[in-house]
Amino acid sequence: MLGFVLRRIAMAVPVILILIIFSFVLMRAAPGGPFTKERALPPVVLENINAKYGLDDPLLVQIGTYLKNIIFHFDFGPSFVYQDRTVNQIIADGFPVTLTYGFWAFVLAVLIGGALGIAAALKQNTWMDYLAVGFSIGAQALPNFIMAPILVLVFTLWLSWLPGGGWWGGPGDPNSYTSYLVMPVIALATSYLASIARLTRSSMLEVLNSNFIRTARAKGLPDRTIVLKHTLKPALIPVISYLGPAFVGMITGSVVVDMFLSTGGIGKDFVQAALNRDYSVIMGITILVGMLTILFNLLVDVLYAWIDPRIRY
Amino acid sequence: MNITIKAALLGTAFALASPALAAGTHPETGEALADDQTYTYRNLDDIKSFDPQINTDVEGSHVLRDLFEGLVSSDPKGEPVPGAAEGWEVSEDGLTYTFSLRDAKWSNGDPVTAGDFVYAWRRLADPATASEYAWYVELMGVENASKVVAGEAAPDALGVTAIDDKTLEVKIDDPRPYFPSMLTHASTFPVNQKVIEEHGNNWTKPGNLVGNGAYVLTDYVPGVKIVRERNDMYWNNDETILEKVVALVINDENIALTRYDAGEVDKTEVPAGQYPALKEKLPDETYSTPRSCSYIYMFNLRENGPEALKDVRVRKALSYALNRDVIVDSILKGGQYPSYNWTHQKTAGFEMPDIDYANWTQAERMAKAKELLEEAGYGPGGKPLELTLNYNTSEAHKKIAIAASQMWKQALGAQITLANFEWKVHLDKMRNGDFGMARYAWCGDYNEPSTYTDLFTSTSGHNNGKYSNPEYDTLAKAAKTSDNPAEEYKQMEQILAEDMPIVPVYQYTNVIMVKPDVKGYPFDDLMNNIYSRRMYKVAE
Repeated sequence: MLGFVLRRIAMAVPVILILIIFSFVLMRAAPGGPFTKERALPPVVLENINAKYGLDDPLLVQIGTYLKNIIFHFDFGPSFVYQDRTVNQIIADGFPVTLTYGFWAFVLAVLIGGALGIAAALKQNTWMDYLAVGFSIGAQALPNFIMAPILVLVFTLWLSWLPGGGWWGGPGDPNSYTSYLVMPVIALATSYLASIARLTRSSMLEVLNSNFIRTARAKGLPDRTIVLKHTLKPALIPVISYLGPAFVGMITGSVVVDMFLSTGGIGKDFVQAALNRDYSVIMGITILVGMLTILFNLLVDVLYAWIDPRIRY
Repeated sequence: MNITIKAALLGTAFALASPALAAGTHPETGEALADDQTYTYRNLDDIKSFDPQINTDVEGSHVLRDLFEGLVSSDPKGEPVPGAAEGWEVSEDGLTYTFSLRDAKWSNGDPVTAGDFVYAWRRLADPATASEYAWYVELMGVENASKVVAGEAAPDALGVTAIDDKTLEVKIDDPRPYFPSMLTHASTFPVNQKVIEEHGNNWTKPGNLVGNGAYVLTDYVPGVKIVRERNDMYWNNDETILEKVVALVINDENIALTRYDAGEVDKTEVPAGQYPALKEKLPDETYSTPRSCSYIYMFNLRENGPEALKDVRVRKALSYALNRDVIVDSILKGGQYPSYNWTHQKTAGFEMPDIDYANWTQAERMAKAKELLEEAGYGPGGKPLELTLNYNTSEAHKKIAIAASQMWKQALGAQITLANFEWKVHLDKMRNGDFGMARYAWCGDYNEPSTYTDLFTSTSGHNNGKYSNPEYDTLAKAAKTSDNPAEEYKQMEQILAEDMPIVPVYQYTNVIMVKPDVKGYPFDDLMNNIYSRRMYKVAE
């Protein structure tokens, strides 16, 4: 097992390297650049800027410098658009935000989605099943860019319970920490919750209908033991393989949540950077997401082995 | 009770109440002021920088005008008034400006000196700063600006000198009667050298940032909010009424409006198309005021451009056949001005020329358009008119483009292919001349027509269609020294109407909601230069 983990970590290095080079080249291949504006910059001014940021060097030199700065100084460079801030600062400002609401959204989605799925599977073809399935289809069909404005309308304008967006500003803030979390968490969790519920349901049903469960029933085992001990664990495998990437997706934020609820997370920074051609910010966040994805896929693989003893690496 | 007694009693009541109310009434208007002088407004997006020489966006300029003060400010009507300078003198030849600075302090207590301006302007031009707005020093025509920006002369060669701590001399290369109004631009604001050298790139962080404006930066949460509070060191602090100004970043205009309704923000933009309904519902809070930007379709007149567009008759036909009233009244619905010329009609010093087709009815324009197109040999019975119209991704641009292409199809039988591009791709294509017609908009840098008219001179870097007319160029040059440049501008607009290198579509308005208790908002300022220190909130 340890050998497997170490091998996977070693493999991550070339993967990240390829990711960096790929993104770097792709980004530069896109038309326009960070300083392409409605108001064209005079060539001299553009030259000065390119010189300042090293954008006039050959692409290979640029990649080399970029990698060198990351490896030796852990420096992801300055933002070309938000010039007061470095990429390190942008990630340090935004990632804790998305990590927080993403984590809680994950918890909510897993708990409620999981419970719904299990309940639906155990009471298949009853009102509970229809309710759970209906709810999850509805939740999936309601995109978060519709959800977010509705939440603001209900919680801020009608009920006056929550601030209409923003993020907790420290002890001096008139609103509580939780009050800023509620809407982002709900908006982000909903569609994940729906997927988890449906995935859990179908996977549970499959296991419940399998031979060894029938045997267990025939043996006269109580329902409790059958469900908790024999069904849940194998049924979780497909759910867990979904949860790994889903967790990364959630903690690196959602552009919709960040934009509609003004949370200041990196989900928006990422998309905006792509539109702005803010090369260094795109690279920084891509690398972050890439590393997290590798890490959590590894975690999922380890969890497999723990859940299902037949899986060995 | 007769009137005299009533008045006397009222007088006593006021006299009794006034000590308590002294801080609570407006010194000039006498309006009762609200206890909470916090003004919160919506920002579409995070601002790019708090550094006056680095910032490039309009929303950033609003913040910078609070944190810093340039030599010249603008009054609520947009006219230039003394700012950090008490006044200025111009030499006979119009080439030397001498500014006398008032006694003022930075927010850290340092005196504001002429040297601070020299430092800031050199910094703006210095290639090492690599400011995107370095061209603005060139536009102002400060002596040697181009050489400094190009790295051919040292920054200290720039034509700006501190004669003494309170006297600043600026030399410019050509007379520019509108030079003082150019100084309301944020890139010309002074910065404190000591602070920049002490904190380096982090000098703009709250706590580090030192300014000479009426407010100081107290909190900045990227993507969330920008908070500025009263600067006690400001020379005119006594007249500042708003204690705190908060900009909340809200990307979505509909959510912004919901939060406005919920009372979280005092000012927001009206979502597209909702102006008529909101104006009816909340007439005292909904405004449409002119804004210095002009929306056009630019023709590509380069060698490689479409053959048909090389014929002025085709260009005119396309312009005439566009029904601006439909676009303004049915699509935009925000009180925008249908446009038949290039310069925003409310620009100071601009007199609207008498452009022929502006006065025709749409039916007359249509008839003329058909006639011209036939003469040119296109349309029904001639060559088919096939063109491409590029626009960048936006719901509004799309709607206008669809409407325009339909109008051209119906009136002229033209086949217009609409091509939607992401913003940067759109710009790239325009720059490279890879377009037939393209959506374009220009916003004035200062409140004077040349900020528009200069764009279509043959040497302009923004003239992507490569329109060129020597007569136009001569007039542009003459306008700089003319006693009455309005005349030149009029003629230039006439030339544009005659050569039609663009289809003027509409001129912008700011369509905004402002809470009724907010007073002093500069609705009449075309440049939308907001100074929070002139605003206040009245008690409801």
